[in-house]
Amino acid sequence: MLRIENLSKNYGHVQAVKSISFSLSDKEIVGFLGANGAGKSTTLKIITGYLSPTDGNVFVDGKNIIDHNLDIQKQIGYLPELNPLYGEMKVYEYLKFHADIRGITGGDFKKALERVVADCALQGVVHRTIGNCSKGYKQRIGLAAAMIHDPKILILDEPVSGLDPNQIVEIRRLIKKLGKEKLVLMSSHILQEIQATVDRIIIIHNGEIVADGTSEDLISDSQGKTQLHMEIQNAEENAIQDMKAVIPSISLNSLNKSGDSIQVSLEYNSNSDPRKDVFDYAVKNDWTILEMSASKRNLEDIFRHLTYEGDSAHA
Amino acid sequence: MHSVLSIYKKELRSFFTSPMAYIFLVVFALVNGYFFTNTFFLYNQSDMRSLFGIVPLVYLFFIPAVSMGLISREKGIGTIEIISTLPIRERDIVIGKYLAGFSLILVALLTTVIHYITLYSVGTTTDHGAVFTGYLGLALLGGVYTAVGIFASSLTENQVIAFIVGIAIVLVFFLMDKLLMFVPAGLAGIVQYMSTEFHLSNISRGVIDTRNLVYFGSVIGFFLFMTTRVLESRKWS
Repeated sequence: MLRIENLSKNYGHVQAVKSISFSLSDKEIVGFLGANGAGKSTTLKIITGYLSPTDGNVFVDGKNIIDHNLDIQKQIGYLPELNPLYGEMKVYEYLKFHADIRGITGGDFKKALERVVADCALQGVVHRTIGNCSKGYKQRIGLAAAMIHDPKILILDEPVSGLDPNQIVEIRRLIKKLGKEKLVLMSSHILQEIQATVDRIIIIHNGEIVADGTSEDLISDSQGKTQLHMEIQNAEENAIQDMKAVIPSISLNSLNKSGDSIQVSLEYNSNSDPRKDVFDYAVKNDWTILEMSASKRNLEDIFRHLTYEGDSAHA
Repeated sequence: MHSVLSIYKKELRSFFTSPMAYIFLVVFALVNGYFFTNTFFLYNQSDMRSLFGIVPLVYLFFIPAVSMGLISREKGIGTIEIISTLPIRERDIVIGKYLAGFSLILVALLTTVIHYITLYSVGTTTDHGAVFTGYLGLALLGGVYTAVGIFASSLTENQVIAFIVGIAIVLVFFLMDKLLMFVPAGLAGIVQYMSTEFHLSNISRGVIDTRNLVYFGSVIGFFLFMTTRVLESRKWS
């Protein structure tokens, strides 16, 4: 239904998206995961026609976005990241505005309004001014506007950011319901959210797709890997990064300074056990090990491994 | 076409749900009324030439003020992303917004009709044709300045900057005719033709010349086209 082919986007000399390709099918909830600045929003903005690709194309049911921009926009409902709304409008007026532009009027609008108001639980605020609504309501108003024309494809950019836990559960429930009849492509950097909601995960890092599959696939792909978490005192960051040269079987996932200690996340193949070598290296460098624990990978570890900016991340 | 109408209605609603439009209309009526009636009884002539001389000056500040937010506000609050991802062409967004701004200017112009009614009641030998063409000229001038204003508004997300740029551009059009003495003789004709005052004065005299209509239409079309291109350019940023 939605196909991205060798899509690239440059902002001046900065390559935000680097020739990515993937296909999405009907009735699928797909999580687009990446750190801030990874290229998620840029990709979504190209799919919705807000930006044009520097290279490559987007196809919806065989039509490409460059030649059939308006046709594709008719089939897409879009909730942008910051969910901008006209604060001076009433909720009803805002939904009517979206419906008018999409040519939904009269009885059709009435039906569409009833549907989105029920789906997004907006019964109490339909005649309220948007500026006076809570953040949770505003998010649902944005979602209702994106759904007013019952689109085949819903693009949701960070739909739960800034919401409280109760509101997150409500939006998650709604997205799951929508995913039974539509293609939902949602971006997020909240891993728990993605894992709880989506059928498939695409991880983007530095404009490139670094993983694509169900969360179970991604975890099983990385089976055989063990994480080693350490908290060290009296250590230099450079010396920690140099550890890989001495112990080649490890890779450094992350390294964070916290107070006078450093949190280090290492990874190694489970068929080897470099813990003794790591311990000896620490002793040799006069480090004080406050904590050292090994664990199997979860989705968060996979995400951090794939998107960590440190020098040794992909070693 | 329904997209243009949807944008038009949204903009008009936006004008009239805030105090801005009402303040604008009242101040516009008061300022023009004050300057017109100040000299009206002194001249003791039943014509509206003094009003037609004042309104273009008031336009210089009022129209950029009305149009400064038409696009820059959408950019500022981020709703430009919403309307740009709806199935509507940039051209239709620009036309809808332009027509809304222009409509407000026409309503403002209508508030000065009270002076015509006064003139009709107390005056003699009123040249109704000249009054009609005078209003036509003011409407066309308002159209040009609104087009300039929406163009300035498309350049930035800051309404104050849009206002200042708008005033700067309309001042150029307004002053061209007055600065001819500083222009080389060979260019004087072209500069004069580019001036809004030159065409406005022709129409205000009661002469509806196709050249003047073409001029106003072309300038409006040019700025609306440029505004559309500016909006489209975000895709390639």
